[in-house]
Amino acid sequence: MNARRLALLALLPLAALGPDARGAAPPRRVLRVCADPNNLPFSNANREGLENRIAELVARDLGAEVRYTWWAQHRGFFRNTLNAGLCDLVPGMPSSLERAWATRPYYRSSYVFVTRRDRGLRIRSFDDTVLQRLRIGVQLVGDDYANPPPAHALARRGLAANVSGYRVLDDYRRPNPPAHIVDAVARGEVDVAVVWGPLAGYFARRSRVALDLVAVRPQVDVPFLPFVFDISMGVRRGDTAFRAEIDSALVRRRAEIARILDEFGVPRLDGRVGSEARR
Amino acid sequence: MVRRCTLAVLLVAVIGCQPGAEREARRVAADTAPRAAIMPDTAAARAAAGDDGQWVRSGRDYAATRYSSLDQIDVSNAGRLQLAWSFSTGVDRGQEAAPIVVGGTMYVVTPYPNVLYALDLTREGAPLKWKYEPRPAAAAQGVACCDVVNRGAAYADGRVFFNTLDASTVAVDTATGRQLWRTRLGDINRGETMTMAPLVVKGKVLVGVSGGEYGVRGWVAALDAATGKVAWRAYNTGPDADVGIGERFKPHYAMDQGTDLGVKSWPPDMWRTGGGAVWGFISYDPELDLIYHGTGNPGPWNPELRPGDNKWTGGIFARDPDDGAAVWFYQTSPHDLYDHDGINESILVDLPWQGSIRKVLLHPGRTGFMYVIDRTSGEVLAADTFGFVNSATGVDLETGRIAMVPTKEPVTGRVVNGICPASPGMKDWQPAAWSPRLRLLLVPHQNLCMDHEGLEANYIAGTPYVGANVKYYAGPGGHRGEFMAWDPVARRKVWSIRERFPVWSGALVTAGDVAFYGTMEGWFKAVDARSGRELWKFRTGSGIIGQPVSYRGPDGRQYVAVLSGVGGWAGAIVSGDLDPRDSTAGGGFANAMRDLPDHTTKGGTLYVFALP
Repeated sequence: MNARRLALLALLPLAALGPDARGAAPPRRVLRVCADPNNLPFSNANREGLENRIAELVARDLGAEVRYTWWAQHRGFFRNTLNAGLCDLVPGMPSSLERAWATRPYYRSSYVFVTRRDRGLRIRSFDDTVLQRLRIGVQLVGDDYANPPPAHALARRGLAANVSGYRVLDDYRRPNPPAHIVDAVARGEVDVAVVWGPLAGYFARRSRVALDLVAVRPQVDVPFLPFVFDISMGVRRGDTAFRAEIDSALVRRRAEIARILDEFGVPRLDGRVGSEARR
Repeated sequence: MVRRCTLAVLLVAVIGCQPGAEREARRVAADTAPRAAIMPDTAAARAAAGDDGQWVRSGRDYAATRYSSLDQIDVSNAGRLQLAWSFSTGVDRGQEAAPIVVGGTMYVVTPYPNVLYALDLTREGAPLKWKYEPRPAAAAQGVACCDVVNRGAAYADGRVFFNTLDASTVAVDTATGRQLWRTRLGDINRGETMTMAPLVVKGKVLVGVSGGEYGVRGWVAALDAATGKVAWRAYNTGPDADVGIGERFKPHYAMDQGTDLGVKSWPPDMWRTGGGAVWGFISYDPELDLIYHGTGNPGPWNPELRPGDNKWTGGIFARDPDDGAAVWFYQTSPHDLYDHDGINESILVDLPWQGSIRKVLLHPGRTGFMYVIDRTSGEVLAADTFGFVNSATGVDLETGRIAMVPTKEPVTGRVVNGICPASPGMKDWQPAAWSPRLRLLLVPHQNLCMDHEGLEANYIAGTPYVGANVKYYAGPGGHRGEFMAWDPVARRKVWSIRERFPVWSGALVTAGDVAFYGTMEGWFKAVDARSGRELWKFRTGSGIIGQPVSYRGPDGRQYVAVLSGVGGWAGAIVSGDLDPRDSTAGGGFANAMRDLPDHTTKGGTLYVFALP
């Protein structure tokens, strides 16, 4: 606790030097953020994730400092954090989520096919016949009839037998539990994995072997199974004024946000395609 | 139908053959017949014989009857029951445990953090003798799917055994309150928790894992009661060797026969995270030397992802308690579509059946069918609905297979309205009680249907996805819960009491023909087990989802005890502060329970009642 408080104090002078700092008058404003302490590329306790960076950018814009409540993004995350009043802002949630109010989206990404470049598989669509001969890695959630959309798309095409399931909620003692599936492609455990873009982009860059990322097609499978999601920050229902503030900060900081997303290799479908996805 | 009537005539003295008349006649017969004239059930009667007034395990006896042969409290005086004393557990999450009574001491285990209290029944007000705090890992709370409940402890040879939420089993010395051993059996980092009540059989502590919602691979294990060393562990998916399937395995139906079905009835490798947890009660037949346990739902929930029967999930195993060897298996939900676990209790009784006495188990299923199964072979003798079911048309007694209704199948992206019963089934974990005197099963259950609609955006650990928007609501009649009496020989409901909320508490029935249960509003009720007539009720501090028990105190009087404290899957809207505006919270259950917070608040109190 003391260590964390010291860390916060240490950040103060830096934040005060931000370009739009309005925080001359003490006490300084605090932006209370809830995030997962062990989930790169999104966030971690060392504040190394892209959502840490964007949250801090927004805080700087508002002349505030970020104070985190760390909570694993598992079942009950919104209930126990934002909606329990532990914080006011959750960065990085799908814009269509109903558990909180969404700000305007600040990026749009897609599920991608991840393959080893040396395999030359060039998969572009769930309908590519080559998939019938391959081991396909997908992530599974495990309850509420809910799973990431690739699992459904493949099952519907009669490919359930080709699927290897990796748990989104994998062993939480390991760093960044959802990252395991990208490693599985590099190690050849599966021929192809279908992974959420930001996750794939970040870990593909750190992979020992070259990996190709290709946004999946179709973008929306019948009858309604989207693979493309807009990403927003979440605020509590009813926090109208606060949401408007965050919205304006996101607009003002658009260029800097884009640079952060590029830095993390996030494949995007909003006009700025990440470098990995272009290859 | 004709045969059923004939049978009924043979068995109960006076009966008409028209359904309505039959019901009335049955009541009259039960009301007026002298007690001895009602055919005793031999297994349960044996279990009840020499009742020492204790309650040493959740189900009271190995047959799991929850029948107390004490009869001081009966239908004539139950209306005068009074609160004798109470005790706060200090924990306000869902209280599902049965208090255990051994000699002059009562043992109560709480939800997480799983504190064990020993209360001295020999002294006024039952003061605390000692408490034992296992201090399970706090992170386990985040992995428990459906509140942080514990279903109770078990006693044998001077020791109390129970499971902690972070997947350990502990043994505590009843004399000192000190821990004798503690064995870690699972890993919360892999989604494994433990919530069930152990059963101690022949020096072995039988336990099982929870976590079917998190992709665990379900197992049941036996620990040496003296040392805590794992004697055997059997998985419920995977190769035969892991499942305990060998030469002795003789399932009755062809659908359960074959090699390595725990692998072959799944897409490749899916069995590794295939569920089949063991979080319900275990029963034991000393004569056949077999234990009976259910297996939980397969994972992942979405059935499209796991074509095949998904053995050995959603069914009932008979195993040898010495080595875990499987003797038979019956699958109530092959290729489960709805989260219809097979974990509901199996109550062991001997029933007159078509001219002979059969050793059966009664299993009120999540599917909505009341299974009467020959417990020597796994043959289904009867499977009748005990509430409104439209997701299945029946169970084929030739093949053993349940016939599902294709138009009610939940397919991703398809709207399917009015699926009955909903995912918690017609009955969930809440254990029924068997009166061998009346030959009636007293069943607490729910009456819920669900809509499986459109798709809703969701995300977990930074990964967005879409999930079905599932909502539960009251079934036909508008009530969400029911407490009813089932006659397994006549194969019909004898009486039924409707309740506003699911009846999520266990049942108790006594030799005084009084049945007890609790409601989620907090009423603890005594009813005439023969007719369902309400005899008495008491408003406790919070909703009741615990297991009532009855015992003879050191003063020779009969007591009835129950824990009050709402929660569990059904009550998480109160104990877990779910948002009632989010209809899909709690897996869709919150929608059906959105008015529960208007009727009760959190709690955690033991109530003990007696006659003045």
